[in-house]
Amino acid sequence: MSEYSITIGTLIAIQAIVACGLNVIVGYAGQISLGHAAFFGIGAYASALLTTAGGLSFWSALPIVLGITGLIGLFLGLPSLRLREDFLAITTIGINFIVVSVFQYVPFFGGALGIGGIPRIVLFGERIRGVSFLLLSAGFLAITLLICWLFTRSWSGLACFALREDETAASSMGVSPVRFKLTAFILGTAMAGLGGALYAHFMRFISATDFGFPMSVMILSMVVLGGMGTLWGPVLGALVLGILPEVFRPLTDYRMFLYAALLLLMIRFQPGGLLGENSLARQTLSRLKGGKS
Amino acid sequence: MQLFLEQMLNGIAIGAIYAMITLGLALVYGILRILHVAHAAVYTVGAYIGLAIFSATHSILLSAAGAMVFCAGLGFLIERFVYFPLLKYPPYVPLIGSIACLLAIEELCRLAAGPYILSFPAQLPFPSFTVGGIVISSTLTAVYCISAGVLALLWFITTRTELGLAMRATSQDMAIASSMGINSHRIISLTFMIGSAVAAIAGILVGIYYNQVYPSMGAVPAYKTLALIVVGGLGSVPGAVLASILLGVGETLLIGYAGIPLPRDALAFIAMIAVLLWRPQGLLGGRG
Repeated sequence: MSEYSITIGTLIAIQAIVACGLNVIVGYAGQISLGHAAFFGIGAYASALLTTAGGLSFWSALPIVLGITGLIGLFLGLPSLRLREDFLAITTIGINFIVVSVFQYVPFFGGALGIGGIPRIVLFGERIRGVSFLLLSAGFLAITLLICWLFTRSWSGLACFALREDETAASSMGVSPVRFKLTAFILGTAMAGLGGALYAHFMRFISATDFGFPMSVMILSMVVLGGMGTLWGPVLGALVLGILPEVFRPLTDYRMFLYAALLLLMIRFQPGGLLGENSLARQTLSRLKGGKS
Repeated sequence: MQLFLEQMLNGIAIGAIYAMITLGLALVYGILRILHVAHAAVYTVGAYIGLAIFSATHSILLSAAGAMVFCAGLGFLIERFVYFPLLKYPPYVPLIGSIACLLAIEELCRLAAGPYILSFPAQLPFPSFTVGGIVISSTLTAVYCISAGVLALLWFITTRTELGLAMRATSQDMAIASSMGINSHRIISLTFMIGSAVAAIAGILVGIYYNQVYPSMGAVPAYKTLALIVVGGLGSVPGAVLASILLGVGETLLIGYAGIPLPRDALAFIAMIAVLLWRPQGLLGGRG
């Protein structure tokens, strides 16, 4: 594999982790969030600061990073208890803009220059780069998927599904919206934090613009495109949206336009996502199995 | 004092322009409950079409009329081919459709006109004043007059005509409005066309005011206006106008005086979160 395709692959794996986190919040718990890149950024900045200014290693910083992003996720999840869907969507957009401007204008976070010189990850005495970084990210992605799968099988997961389908009915059955919505927020944002930490140590230079609102849209598009609420949907979405710009690269100027147009067509004709209910893939699969479609 | 007044006047002008963009968004949200992010793309297209016609004919009236007609058509197409088929899905689906639409149209503008900042060298046929040593330029006068006119006209249409009655009925309950003999689909299309035509005027005014037209000029207004309709009370048109003007003045004064290190774009959202904590229904929104 060339260096170039390894880089693309690593970025796809990292974005898939972040998209899985968003899927927990949006797909499982049904809470729309358009500011997920903020948590991606918080994870990246936390890890970068702890390893450069704090002098910690990646592995000792990681639990702290996950704790910080989960805690901030808990606080920013609080509005979801009070706000209706559209208000929540706009509030999370706002959170994204505010977090980015804090990174950009507070000197502690490196200001407009960002943070550079982030050390490489050291594992078994070796500096991780290239293929090993790709494998490491893929390993973390596998752990994330396992946690997602366990979550859907757990009591908390079931409670989240119930709240997503009908909050009033679920809470009258004794399912606490506060507890389970916040569980989903903590879990989802901690996954974004993990993605952010990996991103920071992969790029070794971060700046606030990497985590702006367009990134949030991109992550949400991955989840929706792949199939919201499915296990593999976010991974497929990250793969498709990660590879498409590379496939379109020969088209240079028309690249972004085709990308946007494709996203538009996709959401217009397959709003449930590639792996969602009633999608072409699902129908074909059930037809192959011989079941009723 | 003089500087303060000049800042105020500029702030109100910026607020009035925000108001014209936000209006279309508030109308659309009121009727379809969709966050119409692509509205900012319509506004960008309005600025480009206006500039193209102005460069060809040197008539600002023709340019405004052409841009309004074109944008009304564009708004109609977006409603008919993107939003209407997606209405039955959860709200995030049309929202993503809208964001994709915004990106696609922005890119189309970039491909058609190039990534450069174009200047819009129009002189508007409005007088300039000097009151007590403060110069009010003709552009500023134009922004005030045109936005006041547009807002008054929209107020008249929505509250004093049968079309406005039908629009309000459709936004309250589409099914019952239809059963009362209102062609609600046509009302929705008309709402989009009116909102988009106003966005075209806003685009041209922004182009002239800053003397800049560029492909991503809609990117920041797209999301800032979302915050504004929340602050005003989702779907409330007077609330949206009030919130826009307050933001315009607030931004200008804060940047001019307080020297707060946050960029102006985050300010709208900070105000929004404060308002949500204090009055969750918005400044002028009703309960419910």
